[in-house]
Amino acid sequence: MMPDLGKYADTVLSAYAASLVLLAVLVLVSLWRGRRVRAELERLEQRLTRNG
Amino acid sequence: MSIAAKANALWAYANPKKFLATTERVLPFFWASAAISLVVGLVWGFFFTPDDYKQGSTVKIIYLHVPAALMAINAWLMMLVTSLVWLVRRHHVSALAARAAAPVGIVMTLIALATGAIWGQPMWGTWWAWDPRLTSFLILFLFYLGYVALWEAIENPDTAADLTSVLCLVGSVFALLSRYAVNFWNQGLHQGASLSLDKEENVADVFFFPLLVCIAGFVLLFIALVFYRTGTEIRARRIKALLARERVGS
Repeated sequence: MMPDLGKYADTVLSAYAASLVLLAVLVLVSLWRGRRVRAELERLEQRLTRNG
Repeated sequence: MSIAAKANALWAYANPKKFLATTERVLPFFWASAAISLVVGLVWGFFFTPDDYKQGSTVKIIYLHVPAALMAINAWLMMLVTSLVWLVRRHHVSALAARAAAPVGIVMTLIALATGAIWGQPMWGTWWAWDPRLTSFLILFLFYLGYVALWEAIENPDTAADLTSVLCLVGSVFALLSRYAVNFWNQGLHQGASLSLDKEENVADVFFFPLLVCIAGFVLLFIALVFYRTGTEIRARRIKALLARERVGS
């Protein structure tokens, strides 16, 4: 299944690994912060509603 | 619908509630289509395209390097447009969209620089050269970092939006330079554009079609990330406003 990358295998694989790791980190950090902020806002709005 | 009516309809999205409601509806489509395009494009490019007669298997790096470089420049141009909208119309969502896009642009620039260096080592015999395109790209990367740092450094959000918008205008020179440096100076190691309206200059079709799919994937991922992150910035701004109101009330 794996294509024969010849003498440049390390070059190609490291380029893919670095890029995919960077993209994954970007997406995961964005989702993590998004969920955290959304939950914080919901908590705050509930508290403010309770306190009038 | 006339152009003026369409433009007026667009301004409706300056309302944070309308923006959040609309993006929440369309985001699943953008996440899914980005994932599908990226998987199809990268699998097609990596597993099912031949080696290049000159570059060998390193040609497969094109499927990451070119879309990332394209998005690095276009992310800054999108920030330029939204910054101008902020400066002229004072729409907060527009300033927050620019802020949300910057980290995405940083990662795209970093991918373009890293994959370029990794490819350059065996092909050019060096990781880095002070070539016009590479240098202008590095400066664009530094502008991105400066832009994010400026947002973080200023407490007042409107002042931060004003100053980052001005920085964005200045940095746009380097965003354009990094695109056209090869044409302007016609020197250095970096080759001309891989994609061109002139078919003769394009890469061969066998590389071109998977590359197009990868570019579509990067564009869709960028849109999904910017929509999602702008929503996060809007909510974070609301938290600050509510806390400030609570402090004043108590």
